[in-house]
Amino acid sequence: MAISSSSYQTAEQTKQSYWSKISLPWVVTIVQLSLILLLPMAAIVTKSFTVGPREFWRLATQPIALSAYDVSFITALAAGLINGVMGTIVAWVFVRYQFPGKKLIDAAIDIPFALPTSVAGLALASIYSTNGWIGEFFTPFGIKIAFTRLGVLVAMIFISLPFVVRTLQPVLLELEPEIEEAAWSLGASAGQTFWRVLLPLLIPSILTGVALGFARAVGEYGTVVLVASSIPFKDLIAPILVLQRLEQYDYASAAVIGTVLLIISLVILLLINLLQQWSRRYAE
Amino acid sequence: MRSNKSTQIFLIGLSLLYLVFLLFIPAIFIFYGAFHRGIEPFLEALGRRDFQQAVRLTLIATAIAVPLNTVFGLCAAWAITHRQFRGRSLLLSFIDLPFSISPVVAGLMLVLLYGRNGWFGGWLEAIGFKVIFALPGIVMATCFVTLPFVVREIIPLMQEIGQEQEVAARTLGASEWQIFRRVTLPSIRWGLLYGVLLTNARALGEFGAVAVVSGSVLGRTATLPIFVEQAFKNYLTEAAFAAAAILALFGLVSLVLKEILERRSHIPIKS
Repeated sequence: MAISSSSYQTAEQTKQSYWSKISLPWVVTIVQLSLILLLPMAAIVTKSFTVGPREFWRLATQPIALSAYDVSFITALAAGLINGVMGTIVAWVFVRYQFPGKKLIDAAIDIPFALPTSVAGLALASIYSTNGWIGEFFTPFGIKIAFTRLGVLVAMIFISLPFVVRTLQPVLLELEPEIEEAAWSLGASAGQTFWRVLLPLLIPSILTGVALGFARAVGEYGTVVLVASSIPFKDLIAPILVLQRLEQYDYASAAVIGTVLLIISLVILLLINLLQQWSRRYAE
Repeated sequence: MRSNKSTQIFLIGLSLLYLVFLLFIPAIFIFYGAFHRGIEPFLEALGRRDFQQAVRLTLIATAIAVPLNTVFGLCAAWAITHRQFRGRSLLLSFIDLPFSISPVVAGLMLVLLYGRNGWFGGWLEAIGFKVIFALPGIVMATCFVTLPFVVREIIPLMQEIGQEQEVAARTLGASEWQIFRRVTLPSIRWGLLYGVLLTNARALGEFGAVAVVSGSVLGRTATLPIFVEQAFKNYLTEAAFAAAAILALFGLVSLVLKEILERRSHIPIKS
């Protein structure tokens, strides 16, 4: 009897304090989310839809915008693919092989996350310019890197570099040696083991890393604005176009192109979620 | 896998070459650019008034944004882990959005909401409170891009420890604040510190979103990352590199602290 009454009381107390406890964190969460995230998102969507569907389409597909999407998406895709291959090799090397300075260099892979984007852009613009440390080796061949679309590519490779490596490393670490042992004992060569056995297992994670890097590269502004010349129809990326439109007080264009970018980043986010589910299912 | 020695050496060499060209040379070049003519140009840049204003503005914005997002992170993580409700995963995805939205679009949203022609523009102007092209806008942009860091780090920890200890403390008569201070906080402290560190690093270095809302006026609304860009564009290369070196130093210190924390708290590697 005594026990049951005390447990009843506890339940009652819990219920009461539950509400008093929850209210404050909830209020803070909702206020901050609304002011910083939800209201601003509502503002951009409303602004771009008040122009009407026909005008929206016209602004979203104006020639300068189309060329900016082309530069942004194709270059980001190229950067993603290059990092898909190189990032896989880097992750493999850092998980499987031993060499001096490994730990330090491994930590340095996070440099693109640690350096502010304008700082990275400044460094890349200086090094890859025609008389820069690396750029000067390309000058005799007539190849200009900084202030061209190649510069945009270098900047995008730089900022999306850690994604594939960091997504793949834990997966490689957890890979069971039995799988490879089974493959050799059945007579597979090292190459066959990699291409036929390991790579299919790693593909979902590699694609997740590529998608994360692609998402980051498509939206990137800071690094690119310093490395590119941002000339329309040449190396102008979509985020910079948004800013230019805003500076010309062309709010409708800015909002519409911004909404296109927003929708695309939401689609990529959805894709990444699906990829992660796929790789989880694969792992089981 | 039995890969032979030459493949191994080739792959290691290729990886290192890739990292050297893309990461190490740029990182080293920032310090070379700042100091290759000795320390004097560097000190001269430090003495500039627009530089000092940029440092002050960056520190003020970070000092406001980081505590705001830390409190938000704790509250949101608490709210999400202490109650089952419909739309929980939707809320989580919303909190994650700033990671995938372009910083420029983030800034644009704030301008469309709080700017002169924005929803709240007229009202804010009437009460004489400037958000865009002023400190509040810079703080909001910084809060936007750093929103998910603390929440993301704490939620898994709060889920892992469960609520048994909190319930026990409550049964013993502890107040909610006591439970938070004595029970919850000690078990999430490393994750919290990690999240705050990431928030802080990003807040100090945020460029895109702040560039949109601040108007980038040197000496007035330029933060340190904007100072780097503006100085570079105005051919003040030495000043740009001096500011870049200071920011890079902060970034590298954060990186080292992050490594240390990862080892201490066994937080797994993540992107």
